[in-house]
Amino acid sequence: MKKTNVIEVENLTKMFGDFTAVNAITFEVKKGEIFGFLGANGAGKTTAMKMLIGISKPTSGKAKVAGFDVFTHAEDIKKNIGYMSQKFALYDDLTVKENITFFGGIYGLSRPKIKEKTIALLEELGLQEVANQLVGSLPLGWKQKISFSVSLLHEPQIVFLDEPTGGVDPITRRQFWEMIYKSANQGTTIFVTTHYMDEAEYCDRVSIMVEGKIEALDTPKKLKDQFKVDSMNEVFLKLARNIE
Amino acid sequence: MKRFLGFIEKEFYHIFRDKRSLFILFGMPIAQILLFGFAITNEINNVEIAILDHSKDATTGEIINKISASKYFSINQFIEQEADIEAAFKKGKIKAVLNFENDFSKNLVKEKQATIQVITDATDPNTANTISNYINSILQNYQLDQNKDIKIVYQIVPQTRMIYNPELKSVFMFVPGVMTIILMLVSAMMTSISITREKELGTMEILLVSPLKPFQVIIGKVVPYIFLSMINAVVIILLSIFIFKMPVQGSLFLLGLESVLFIITSLTLGILISTISATQQTAMMISLMGLMLPVILLSGFIFPISSMPAPLQIISHFIPAKWFIIILKGIMLKGVGISLLWKETLILLAMTLFFIGLSIKKYKIRLE
Amino acid sequence: MSITLQHISKSYKKVEALKDISFEVKENELFGLIGPDGAGKTTLFRILTTLLFADEGTANVAGFDVVKDYKAIRQNVGYMPGKFSLYQDLTVEENLKFFATIFGTTIDENYELIKDIYVQIEPFKNRRAGKLSGGMKQKLALSCALIHKPKVLFLDEPTTGVDPVSRKEFWEMLKRLQQKGITILVSTPYMDEAALCDRIALIQDGKILKIDTPEAIVKHYPKTIYNIGANNMYQLILSLNAYEHSYSVYPFGEFVHYTDQRTNFELNDLKKYLEAENLTGVSIQSTKPTIEDTFMELAK
Repeated sequence: MKKTNVIEVENLTKMFGDFTAVNAITFEVKKGEIFGFLGANGAGKTTAMKMLIGISKPTSGKAKVAGFDVFTHAEDIKKNIGYMSQKFALYDDLTVKENITFFGGIYGLSRPKIKEKTIALLEELGLQEVANQLVGSLPLGWKQKISFSVSLLHEPQIVFLDEPTGGVDPITRRQFWEMIYKSANQGTTIFVTTHYMDEAEYCDRVSIMVEGKIEALDTPKKLKDQFKVDSMNEVFLKLARNIE
Repeated sequence: MKRFLGFIEKEFYHIFRDKRSLFILFGMPIAQILLFGFAITNEINNVEIAILDHSKDATTGEIINKISASKYFSINQFIEQEADIEAAFKKGKIKAVLNFENDFSKNLVKEKQATIQVITDATDPNTANTISNYINSILQNYQLDQNKDIKIVYQIVPQTRMIYNPELKSVFMFVPGVMTIILMLVSAMMTSISITREKELGTMEILLVSPLKPFQVIIGKVVPYIFLSMINAVVIILLSIFIFKMPVQGSLFLLGLESVLFIITSLTLGILISTISATQQTAMMISLMGLMLPVILLSGFIFPISSMPAPLQIISHFIPAKWFIIILKGIMLKGVGISLLWKETLILLAMTLFFIGLSIKKYKIRLE
Repeated sequence: MSITLQHISKSYKKVEALKDISFEVKENELFGLIGPDGAGKTTLFRILTTLLFADEGTANVAGFDVVKDYKAIRQNVGYMPGKFSLYQDLTVEENLKFFATIFGTTIDENYELIKDIYVQIEPFKNRRAGKLSGGMKQKLALSCALIHKPKVLFLDEPTTGVDPVSRKEFWEMLKRLQQKGITILVSTPYMDEAALCDRIALIQDGKILKIDTPEAIVKHYPKTIYNIGANNMYQLILSLNAYEHSYSVYPFGEFVHYTDQRTNFELNDLKKYLEAENLTGVSIQSTKPTIEDTFMELAK
């Protein structure tokens, strides 16, 4: 069974003046895949992701996301993707319900649809009891689960997760990954950017960016075999050392 | 002591590396003083007026000359009859009409009394008032000149004399106010921001967990601003003397001392604000709403305190700026010394001590 | 004992941040406080660095009481708060010089202690701290915390937000500092860093789950853990959870960590069950427990 590509990137480059932040990266991501996009701070991850979600114009190269060209159809891309970041997820001063309604609204969901989705979402997370509580009063782990569900509200083809589980307790983190596996299983593509290497272990395939270039791209298992180590952390350390 | 100096050195680095604070420190005072001095003024200049002279005799001629010679008025047109007054106003150019009665000179000599009607455009009541006051005072001056040598026994002429600011220059009123605002702003807002910035950054935690004593941290924060505020005070005074020709009648030394006192008052207010706010943004909001507005509205800087409703008059007593403005006006315009300003000075001093006490009480050596 | 805590409790309004915490850190020990965000690590650090009062209990640092002798503690400890608290608008050298001055010392006086760390950032000494990478900020913050030669060093999540290379270097630096006789209390949300400490306390929701050496903690894990892999991760988790004998099922990277309720059982039965659930490429292998497994078991 050959799966279709939902992200296709070819020689994508971004320059800031003389500085090449992203240097001709090429990769594709298949439908339903959990793709890890790794790199140290400043390696160009964030810049690359901004180009893919249509908020930064590439300098050169080609990229298609959810079937749309990043150069010409950035607005269509935004409608077809979800985004969740650990830094900003939900409004602390709104209740869980209000947050869901708000985010459903900005993605153009109708009121009845939002209502229906809200009930389904709360039930799935088992959070009916806190539906009318302020998000700020909830534990971090719950917030993150809600915010992931919220990013799926408009049934996007691809969800971009920016360091989703840093600092979360180990059990909640597993529950979070189970949610990710579930939506991937249903055909949603998951694009995870992170510099936490243990997050990388959960991905189907990972790419590692170093200084604007993709230096490695494969399944975690093959990368570990290739570098003859036990963890992605060590893969990263070896890779960084080789570059230096 | 070395610790303390190291701290102050660091504060200066912060100030000189932040373009925003540099602008507030040095750009604002100059901009404000020029703005208030030139643009926002309630004095009148070259107001165009019309004359309706029914007598056209020697006296009216002299009065008209005197008025047009002053820099406050210029004569736009001469009207021939009452019916044209309204039309003249409606064109919008003129702000007042002087209407001399028939046989002005004759009446003045014969009946010792003659009438001029002053009609002003009261769509802007303040200006209308000012215009009629100015015209009155010109007329009175004229009368005085005329009567110099003659002793008239039967008439009481009210003589209004504008002293201390005989030319009614509003910039003289604004300079003390602007100086107060700027010193308040620089001292209170900048210190409260710089202290809360350390809280936000987390560096305050390290400073607390260091042998540096809390009061050293606070004094270290304050010293650079005393220094910079003094520079500001000097700049403002120089600007007002050289650009606006403002006199400083009293002692410069006393002026300096009182300024230092007020700067310290403002700094302690800044410290107080920083103890109750956790972020730079809150500190800024409190400084603006809690300090700037009262200074502008209730200190007598723009609105005279005597014409405020009683409750506001009472509140105004608690605003340090009010007392400082009185002191400044006293020294700069009236040239009085400490013998007449001791009460205001003492009030400021007491307020400062109170704020210092409160800050020390409020300042936490811990995070809670 | 370098640090002693006895029955420390602390609440903020409604939230109980710390519940009856007691432990000891020995002289010259590298002690790790391991737990997720919100576990109470920062509150604990602030109590020990005299920044907060505990509601109940007593604590000693370097022989001084955290309430009565707070001044003495402030002379004797180094503290690196969660975010690298540096002056962003000062250069590397100015930051270090400033912290040296307020502690009444100079860079030269204690250069020996920070040399290892500082040489790595010295080439950038004229760069503003705000312009440094995460790893360099971390090194500078550590240098600043060490410049007065503290007896006890408190490091609150020093490796959060730092890339793996810098994290590794950072732990190597801590080991070297320990050899110079400094007691170190370090907190981290990363379970994999726990193994680098002499002893660790696992902490969650304000409670200590366990205190021991990393080796002893994993050794006492009560069950055998199996690494189970299959081609469909989500289906694998569902099937394992539905399995009547399953005790715990946790995704763990490319595998699932599975424990069974039974002490002895036939692996083939499980394999058959999974294959009957339409899973392919099923692999089952026993594996060693990690700190994270223990943490989850204790927090369950």
